[in-house]
Amino acid sequence: MANVNFVLNHTPVAVEGGLNRRLLDVLRTDFGLKGPKEGCGEGECGACAVLIDHRIVNSCLMPLANCEGKDIVTIEGFSETERFTVLQKAYSECGAVQCGFCTPGMILASESLLHANPHPTEEEVRIGLSGNLCRCTGYNMIVKAVLLAAKEGEGLW
Amino acid sequence: MVEHRIPENLNEALKLLYHGDYQVMAGGTDLMVQRRSLSDTPLDFPKNMVYCAHLQELRGIRKEAHRVEIGAMTPLEDLLCHPDVPSLVRRAIGEMASPAIRHVATLGGNIANASPAGDTLPVLYLLDAWAELRSLAGSRMILIRDLITGPRALKIHPEEMLTKIGIPEMHFSHETFVKVGGRQADAISKVSLAAAADIVEGKVSDLRIAFGAVAPTVVRDETLEGAWEGATLSELKVGVWRLLDMYVPLIRPIDDQRSGKHYRHQVALNLLRDFIESLSEPTSEPGR
Ligand SMILES: Cc1cc2nc3c(=O)[nH]c(=O)nc-3n(C[C@H](O)[C@H](O)[C@H](O)COP(=O)(O)OP(=O)(O)OC[C@H]3O[C@@H](n4cnc5c(N)ncnc54)[C@H](O)[C@@H]3O)c2cc1C
Ligand code: FES
Ligand code: FES
Repeated sequence: MANVNFVLNHTPVAVEGGLNRRLLDVLRTDFGLKGPKEGCGEGECGACAVLIDHRIVNSCLMPLANCEGKDIVTIEGFSETERFTVLQKAYSECGAVQCGFCTPGMILASESLLHANPHPTEEEVRIGLSGNLCRCTGYNMIVKAVLLAAKEGEGLW
Repeated sequence: MVEHRIPENLNEALKLLYHGDYQVMAGGTDLMVQRRSLSDTPLDFPKNMVYCAHLQELRGIRKEAHRVEIGAMTPLEDLLCHPDVPSLVRRAIGEMASPAIRHVATLGGNIANASPAGDTLPVLYLLDAWAELRSLAGSRMILIRDLITGPRALKIHPEEMLTKIGIPEMHFSHETFVKVGGRQADAISKVSLAAAADIVEGKVSDLRIAFGAVAPTVVRDETLEGAWEGATLSELKVGVWRLLDMYVPLIRPIDDQRSGKHYRHQVALNLLRDFIESLSEPTSEPGR
């Protein structure tokens, strides 16, 4: 059975078979990474988000086969970076976390946005977060947090 | 048992399609939702699957004389930011889904999925875009409006793959893409309109109109468009009700969970009226 090889949180890994499994299940079941969560299971909520080659992707829609050769980072891997620390501080200062279910996805959406666009406008932040649903905060605090992180983390992105 | 294969290159993918009963997986944003089942269960596909999103030969944007060519597996987000991609195409993509979806969803997938609500389709019809279909036996080109015959129905042979999309270069003094839906990140269009006009010296030298999600396939009628060629701008504006009347029989939306048909019908006509009323004599003509 074919292996799928990719880099997961900076470590090369090989997963045997199951090309038609969802990346979300591989991460949670095979690697015990519970940061990515299943919200809707159909691409609409962003709770399952991961970074693939620095860009946010919903792992619930990603067949394992499409991960071959990719660089995949979950919130667990991203939390070791300095950029995470800046985002974490900004989220906490702005009250952008309530129940926390959406937070891993929101943080990765913020990273994906800032990676492509280190100085986003408020409108661009809203577009960057548009695939992530939050049932608690009403979004404004999260938008503020991303704008604050962009300022505080000047030069990191 | 169903086979799953990751080909090394296009030729290997075409061989699989030629010799076996395979379906192409691109970004998977339609297929993975369509075949979704329980958590932690591999997806159940009725056919063998050949996974092609990674094939470099099918990715990328190339500017050629008087057209741009786009590999079928190019993610939508890459098109959104690319200066050689026609502005109308970028506008339609900007109205689609969320960044997380656009990073993997492909242009080829939006076409091959052939949904009446596929948002790039009205624009691709309007721009006379064509598709390259390739098999081991060779390749052929077909206009996208001839390729799509109905919801999820295409004139593509089982051994063929959509490999490339070509979009001719065009110039318009006015263009628009409007989509009416709910929350953008997951909104399937209820109605969409792509429209473009070139107004030269007060006269209509080109008028193109394409509606999405109001019939089994995109509605574009070149005879109706051509009837206005040479008309003055004021004739067109005064005649807007006549123009709308011509489209009434073509707009045959369905009732579904997203929207009612009367609503769709009226909104479609309103969008077109807004576009015609917005037309004005271009003051400067950049790029001419
Ligand atoms: C949350 C969400 C929001 C969305 N929002 C929108 C939206 O706003 N507007 C919109 O139009 N769509 C939307 N979609 C639908 C989808 O993202 C698009 O249609 C996308 O372009 C499909 O591309 P894909 O690469 O993911 O296709 P896939 O799912 O991989 O494939 C779709 C179909 O095309 C076939 N296919 C793909 N590539 C080829 C090829 N090269 N040759 C032959 N056959 C091929 C496949 O076999 C399959 O039948 C949304 C989807 C989700 C999950
Ligand atoms: S669980 Fe993947 S987007 Fe909702
Ligand atoms: S904090 Fe609860 S869903 Fe966002």
